[in-house]
Amino acid sequence: MKFFPLIWASLWRKKARTLLTLLSIVVAFLLFGMLQGVNSAINRGVELANVDRLITINKLSLTEPLPISYLNQINAVSGVEGVAYATWFGSYYQEPQQFVFGSPVDPELYLPLVPELQIADESVRKLTQTRTGAVVGQALMAKYDWSVGDRIPIQSSIWTKAADGTSNWEFDIVGTYTVPSDANQEQGFLFNHSYFDEARAFGNGTVGWYLIKVSDPGRAAEVARAVDALFANSSAETKTQSEKEFSQSFIKQFGDINFIVTAILGAVFFTLLFLTGNTMMQSVRERAPELAVLKTLGFSDTTVTVFVVIESLLLCLFAAVLGLGLSSLMFPAMKGVIGQATLPADVVLSGLIAAVLLALVIALIPALRTMRLSIVDALAGR
Amino acid sequence: MSETLVSLRGVTKSYTRGKETVQVLEALDLEIAAGDFLALMGPSGSGKTTLLNLIGGLDQPSGGEIAVNGERIDRLSSGKLAKWRADHVGFVFQFYNLLPVLSAQRNVELPLLLTKLSASKRKEHAQIALDIVGLKDRAKHKPNELSGGQAQRVAIARALVGDPALLVCDEPTGDLDRKTADEILTLLQELNRSHGKTIIMVTHDPKAAEYATHTLHLDKGRLVESAETAG
Repeated sequence: MKFFPLIWASLWRKKARTLLTLLSIVVAFLLFGMLQGVNSAINRGVELANVDRLITINKLSLTEPLPISYLNQINAVSGVEGVAYATWFGSYYQEPQQFVFGSPVDPELYLPLVPELQIADESVRKLTQTRTGAVVGQALMAKYDWSVGDRIPIQSSIWTKAADGTSNWEFDIVGTYTVPSDANQEQGFLFNHSYFDEARAFGNGTVGWYLIKVSDPGRAAEVARAVDALFANSSAETKTQSEKEFSQSFIKQFGDINFIVTAILGAVFFTLLFLTGNTMMQSVRERAPELAVLKTLGFSDTTVTVFVVIESLLLCLFAAVLGLGLSSLMFPAMKGVIGQATLPADVVLSGLIAAVLLALVIALIPALRTMRLSIVDALAGR
Repeated sequence: MSETLVSLRGVTKSYTRGKETVQVLEALDLEIAAGDFLALMGPSGSGKTTLLNLIGGLDQPSGGEIAVNGERIDRLSSGKLAKWRADHVGFVFQFYNLLPVLSAQRNVELPLLLTKLSASKRKEHAQIALDIVGLKDRAKHKPNELSGGQAQRVAIARALVGDPALLVCDEPTGDLDRKTADEILTLLQELNRSHGKTIIMVTHDPKAAEYATHTLHLDKGRLVESAETAG
């Protein structure tokens, strides 16, 4: 601790250079926090998916529909406790950026299979009785300041209406739901499949996917194989998978998020490594006579070398704390996109570990030079 | 007869620069008594600074023996030599070599960071050292806020603060005007006379050498002349 003022003062020997270096590391860790935070939040959603439910999609692609007639056939498979269906509505509110996770379902089939959705019986009754009714997650209600009883316009980027050829749909909010176990799931917008199927211009009699509740999670794989066998060699072959796999393949529609995040951060940190490493080397080179003075006064080679490593650690950790702190402050703004408002702790921890590794790699060459620094040569300016 | 503090026997030093080996010191024998103020003179390249570096433990000889206060420093490892320097030697350089980021006080405290002294004791010792060199009121100033003479006084305070028996000074007045140089040399003389410090000073300046009690002349790595001075 008694060496801290010396190390800190040496770090700020050239204030402008240190400040610019610090800022570049802060920006890198801000980016790290935001991107890894989003990645982690998405993966977290995947991990939360229930294991006693299966999803059946078209074997060709998630975007290819399945006939609604599959419902009864799947229901008849041994080990199936219940079946429901849903379709991706691809919807937004007013602006394409204002994404709405809309999905037409049969409430009587769907809601019993998702008990984590807490919804009042009265709301369910109104939904089934109101053709254009919709029940909306509490978080989504709050986000757009909607109230029960509101009639709201929703646009679909996929589905047009047969009546007027437009993609403007109108719904009456008849109730809300909550998900106490995970508030992030309160972003959904559920409405009647019957209304959707009658009104849409194309794809009638099809659904996006089937949701299957298995009676015994231990038989899930067997049930999945049996369902897919039912429709083998048909015009719409199926692929049945766990909710987790489904979530992953759904996210992969938008690209391999994990790969994209890793690639971006890899490029950022690789560049940072060279920039900061070069700055650190330059700094140590300029200070060779001062480091030689320390050695002259009796500081050992190891002690002076440790000073250089600690300088690097201080710089990187200080910048990482600032960057991650900033991303933590900015993260709530992402709630609308990923449904999570706090930067996950594992991201903060991995950021700090990355900062330590970065510091050690950056310090490696300057530390070796310091270790080998000859007092006589350095004082003579050689 | 004073006790011998520094003893050199058959000391040689050579450097390899590229393919060439340069012999800087050749079979040098020398004894320096405790309490002496020795001026080392000679032309450029004669080996004065190399000899000073060897005595101060900044470099190791290619051959021969160097003992300071009875301890063979030519046999010490790099780590032990660093510890030995911290305990026994104070250094004063031509260009002061103060750390620009630290105040005068902090610069003087530097050698004490290697001791077990508390922060308050370190501060107290540093203030005493600054007082000895007449710069107590400049403790908070950074090196770039001091004149050359003041910076050299801070460097002398830093050399003194650990109370070493030996001070090695490499051209301590080489960067100063005559008046300031005389003040610094008077200070060194005072440290030698009143505080009993053994001082070895490399200088080109015959006037500076007059402040010493002895002068040794080197040429091409050999001692060529020894003289007592008025100092």
